[in-house]
Amino acid sequence: MTESSKDYTDSYPKWQDSMKSTHTILIPDMLPYHFALFEVALAREGYKIETLHNTSRTVIDEGLKHVHNDTCYPCLCVVGQYIDALKSGKYDLNKTALLITQTGGGCRASNYLSLARKAIHSEFPNVPLISLNFSGLEKDSSLPLSLHLILELAYCVLYGDVIMWCFNQVKPYEIDEGSTEKARDNAVKYVSELICGNKYKNYKKTAQHIIAEFASVPRSKDKKIKVGIVGEIYVKYSVLGNNHLEKMLLSEGCEPVVPPLLDFVLYTVLGAVNDARMYGTHKLRGAIYKAVYKKLHKMQLDIREIFEREGSFEPPHDMAHLRKCADEVINQGVKMGEGWLIPAEMAAFCESGVPNIVCAQPFGCLPNHIVGKGTIRTLKNLHPNINIVPIDYDPSASSVNQENRIKLMLASAREHSVAV
Amino acid sequence: MTKYLGVDIGSTTVKATVIDGEKIEYSSYVRHFAKVKETVYNELQKINSLIGGDFCVAFTGSAGMGLADRSGVAFVQEVQAAYIAIRKFYPDADVAVELGGEDAKIIFLTGGTEQRMNGSCAGGTGAFIDQMATLLNITNEQMDEYALRAQRVYPIASRCGVFAKSDIQPLINQGANKEDIAASIFQAVVDQTVSGLAQGRKIKGKVLFLGGPLHFFGSLRKAFVTTLGLSDKDAVFPDNAPVFMSLGAALYSENVRPESLDSVIARVKNAKTGSGVIMGKPLFASEKEYEEFKARHRAADLSKANINTYSGNCYIGIDSGSTTTKLVAVTENNELLWSCYQENNGQPLDITVTRLKEFFSQCGGRVRVSGCAVTGYGEDLIKSAIRADLGIVETVAHFKAALFFDPKVDFIIDIGGQDIKCFKIRNGAIDGIMLNEACSSGCGSFIQTFAKAMGMEIAEFAKKGLFAAHPVELGSRCTVFMNSSVKQAQKEGASIEDISAGLSSSIVKNAIYKVIRTEPDKLGQNIVVQGGTFLNDAVLRAFEIETGKQVTRPGIAGLMGAFGAALYAKEKCAGESKMLSLSELNDFAYTSRASMCKGCTSNCNINIVTFNGGRSFISGNKCEKGAGLKPSQNDLDIYAYKQARLLECVNGGGKKGRVGLPLQLLMYEQLPLWAGFFESLGFEVVLSDRSSRKLYFLGQHTVASDTVCYPAKLMHGHMESLLNKNVDFIFLPCESYNIDEKYSANHYNCPIVAYYPELLKANNDRLNNENFIMPYIDLNKRENAAKTLHSALKKYKIPLRSIKKALDSGFERLRAYHDDVKAKADEIIASAQRQGKHMIVLAGRPYHLDNEINHGINKLLTSLGVAVLSEDSVFEKSEGVKINVLDQWTYHSRLYRAANFVAKHDDIDLVQLVSFGCGLDAITSDEVRSILEKNGKLYTQIKIDEINNAGVVKIRIRSMLAALEEGKK
Repeated sequence: MTESSKDYTDSYPKWQDSMKSTHTILIPDMLPYHFALFEVALAREGYKIETLHNTSRTVIDEGLKHVHNDTCYPCLCVVGQYIDALKSGKYDLNKTALLITQTGGGCRASNYLSLARKAIHSEFPNVPLISLNFSGLEKDSSLPLSLHLILELAYCVLYGDVIMWCFNQVKPYEIDEGSTEKARDNAVKYVSELICGNKYKNYKKTAQHIIAEFASVPRSKDKKIKVGIVGEIYVKYSVLGNNHLEKMLLSEGCEPVVPPLLDFVLYTVLGAVNDARMYGTHKLRGAIYKAVYKKLHKMQLDIREIFEREGSFEPPHDMAHLRKCADEVINQGVKMGEGWLIPAEMAAFCESGVPNIVCAQPFGCLPNHIVGKGTIRTLKNLHPNINIVPIDYDPSASSVNQENRIKLMLASAREHSVAV
Repeated sequence: MTKYLGVDIGSTTVKATVIDGEKIEYSSYVRHFAKVKETVYNELQKINSLIGGDFCVAFTGSAGMGLADRSGVAFVQEVQAAYIAIRKFYPDADVAVELGGEDAKIIFLTGGTEQRMNGSCAGGTGAFIDQMATLLNITNEQMDEYALRAQRVYPIASRCGVFAKSDIQPLINQGANKEDIAASIFQAVVDQTVSGLAQGRKIKGKVLFLGGPLHFFGSLRKAFVTTLGLSDKDAVFPDNAPVFMSLGAALYSENVRPESLDSVIARVKNAKTGSGVIMGKPLFASEKEYEEFKARHRAADLSKANINTYSGNCYIGIDSGSTTTKLVAVTENNELLWSCYQENNGQPLDITVTRLKEFFSQCGGRVRVSGCAVTGYGEDLIKSAIRADLGIVETVAHFKAALFFDPKVDFIIDIGGQDIKCFKIRNGAIDGIMLNEACSSGCGSFIQTFAKAMGMEIAEFAKKGLFAAHPVELGSRCTVFMNSSVKQAQKEGASIEDISAGLSSSIVKNAIYKVIRTEPDKLGQNIVVQGGTFLNDAVLRAFEIETGKQVTRPGIAGLMGAFGAALYAKEKCAGESKMLSLSELNDFAYTSRASMCKGCTSNCNINIVTFNGGRSFISGNKCEKGAGLKPSQNDLDIYAYKQARLLECVNGGGKKGRVGLPLQLLMYEQLPLWAGFFESLGFEVVLSDRSSRKLYFLGQHTVASDTVCYPAKLMHGHMESLLNKNVDFIFLPCESYNIDEKYSANHYNCPIVAYYPELLKANNDRLNNENFIMPYIDLNKRENAAKTLHSALKKYKIPLRSIKKALDSGFERLRAYHDDVKAKADEIIASAQRQGKHMIVLAGRPYHLDNEINHGINKLLTSLGVAVLSEDSVFEKSEGVKINVLDQWTYHSRLYRAANFVAKHDDIDLVQLVSFGCGLDAITSDEVRSILEKNGKLYTQIKIDEINNAGVVKIRIRSMLAALEEGKK
């Protein structure tokens, strides 16, 4: 065995800090509620950010052309969206960069960046990809994260969650069409101003304000079927990934319930905590992450309390409770993809009166074989009235197929709600 | 009194039922041939004129969703509709099974109501049976009747139509009885429903069978009843099964306000085409453009000789393809003397013989056959039957033919009935071969099946697409997905013309983006397209549009394999051919029978064809042994060595207890470690039975996700096997992290290997915390791992000290195993080099060692005269490699380093085994390919699954070897 190593890497353009003043950074459309806030936060740091909203069929076609078709759907969507945007002529190809998040976990999603880079490099040799990650990956082309920026983004997650959480509980019941969107826009504006003025840290006050904004929207007292959406992170949130699932559920007269992003953040943080606890690896990292977890969890509990006190809306999940839910179904050692979080959310939904659930995943998603479809049986034993439909998303899966299965789930949901 | 009308609009049919009070007043069942709106409209008109008045109306069915929306009619999901009707008419039913055109559903009514539908990757039901009947060239009624007379049932992959086809095609080609194949197809549908849908829940009690296929196919009913072990009393087949959903919809319409049918009809009539379908551009803007296109392609026709006057030598080429047989005779001047292109109809041999006889009689004794070569799936059978002079790998035959039409050709794409083949040509030799995987096949025969479903001939159907105004976008994945895209297009009201054009584009996109995996402008400069499918102008045009290039389509595009074979015969033969003469052909007869090979423990199902005169031909074997060739050589086969050596890691009994180790996934790598560990603690190690299709069936009912890889699915059978052996507990750890072998950024396992024990436990009633121990372990932290094991085994009160010692001896056993494997690799390399033999690193993941997973590809390789190495036996000979993707999985890192090792040796190449459904290998395969290609090496990938399609694998390997051979010249 020799100690040297053979280098097969291709050269690619790297992100340099100096580009900050010259380049526009494009980010894929994943979290409609949160990315608007990220944009503001990063703009304050001097970045020119633009979230992509192109969702036409050409986006998927570009993805199909440029990414191995057996790779998961989110990667195809993200790359397709980038290439479609770069081809649109709207951007100066010498002054555009692309930002993509990376977790570094054991799921192939960690490779989206490399795959995107491969796909984009051939046609757009001057467009650098920037990795946004917290694992020290891609050191030579990643977004430099100051503690300050990390904190700022964390607050954006928090506020984006509150906005999304309220929006979904108001929209189905709004009396004046469009009033919920107006409340959302007001809330986003309010938070953006706080960020710009560097006055965003009083999260209790901010959350209170957002909740009040939505609570003031006149709502009907109709009883609607609540449908939880869990699953792989991209297809769970992205309208491009899930064929406008929330919209479809709204049109079916349901209330979509989408778990906060903070759950996923906490789950990721706990991954390091659990590793240290279970295997005795990286103990220092484990201790730091544990502190981070405690801090974030405290914020989550505070916000829950505000929701409870205010009384208009159901409060979001408590992570400690989600962990307990997980323990009844699967080990917290299952940490690839969305891991134990998926069954935990399904169980928690069921307990909080949302037994009807869409479990969304890209076709062939490896972790979800186990944490999605694989846990349904256990969940059914624990919660006999749980009503889960796993839906696979894929560039060619027709929406008829998906819709039909969701409708079946809704049919038994209605059946059940009549019986109760 | 109010009348209730339910209309079930499915993927292929429209069903309607009218209830007046308690009485069923009217019911009908018609095929809609994709004309959904018109058919519904006509049905409603009919009902209006027959009955008339006010109705409560509800639609149901997959194609009804959109129409209901746009015509403002109430909609009920079809399973729900069935549920409503069952409760009303069969309140005592326990389970209902409903097969439709393209959906399968199960409703559990008692013991916890549950309604299930097939997932998106489980197409094949009614449409699947149609497809298979087309393949066998019999009517649905004949297929039903044939199946009743079957003697045996072949295992056929039941997950999806495409897979099943890959299983059936070789059976047809080998001359298996249609009766048996028909029965096997019905059994496959049953297996799919029982395993894929019920997923562990037992189908028992009073079972209701619904839907068209179950109503029309007696054999299917019989297969269900037998498989489920139902008594006559408990298996209920309602007379109105085909229209049952519409009955449910009618009952559902009670909730709807009654209105005059006239207004419903008016709304249906005016319903707009939905916007959900994406339209493409027309293939041809005008007739003129089409004429120019045709004229340009006419240039590539072959000059002909007149068979009625020609005298002299000729060369015969036969391409015995999967669905068609092609025969060509050429003169010394390469003129086309005679040709034929015919559907196999499942009898390639008969057709070949008949056609040759015709040829001889037309020649009238003026022509001497100087040589005859056979290629294609049926090469071995035909060659042996008619005593042809030569056999030629089909890829090479195609290349020879293409070269004839364009000496500068640098890219060939052939789309046939069942497969897509593409070759890159560099320096006058085949440089890269891409064949479609089982999953994306479909190709030409898909259009054919579809045309038949539309009640049209393929030429007529394809022609319709030429001037379609708005070809629909149908996606580019497998045909099952295309099916549902077509369904969606129909739902949205797309015309047959638009669907036909869409299908043509789809096939092209499938080829370019799925099989070739490249951007269209990178294919090559001089492209030759061939294969029967390209005779279809719509497909050819779609290809030119997608690639933006003008390509060469020889006039004999469908005969290129045969033509290449003829050219090859001309190259190699002179004088008189050994081929059967006319009189011998006239006497020709054969019989075929099924048997089992006893040559080794594989026990392959084989088919023995005996020709008159005592000659015989054996097919179906994994190795070449049965075909009467030399048996595979174990001494140059590291797979054979590893299989034996691995089992030697289990030494025998202790008295502390019996621990079961399931030999799949992780255990294929870590068996030495865990056997060593438990044996030094005094346990007896019990292994699960060897993997087999039978073992898979044993655990099939606990498989939770039908798209997971086959190794994982097999794991379910291994668990059952160990449970049946009454072990004290089964041990299978969860390991997020594999053992760190340095050089990689991290050392993960894939999610399946890491956490599959969770899924096994959750989905098998027989497993519990007592009899299944699955600790979370990181073996790189030996201290910590020992503690974890200590607590996992606390029932046995073993001191931590002993656990540590046992773990050490486990690691020792693992090291010894690895050392031996590496030493054996050195031995094989030295020995192969001495004998001047070529070597192949058959690279995959450790569990690809399993014969049931690799389908004996190692044996196939050795029987073709190649020495076989494995990735784990050579990767350490390479330095670390840096690649473009994250290198953070232990097994991936081995693959990259093995590729780097191969790159340095002229006499070693690499074949990568990839399990279907392995998402991670979508990433590794591109990287391994890139490492090899950067070093000027060929990359060959073989996708493997539960299907055992030795024919395809063999063509692949032989093509690769032929390409290597060409490269050496």
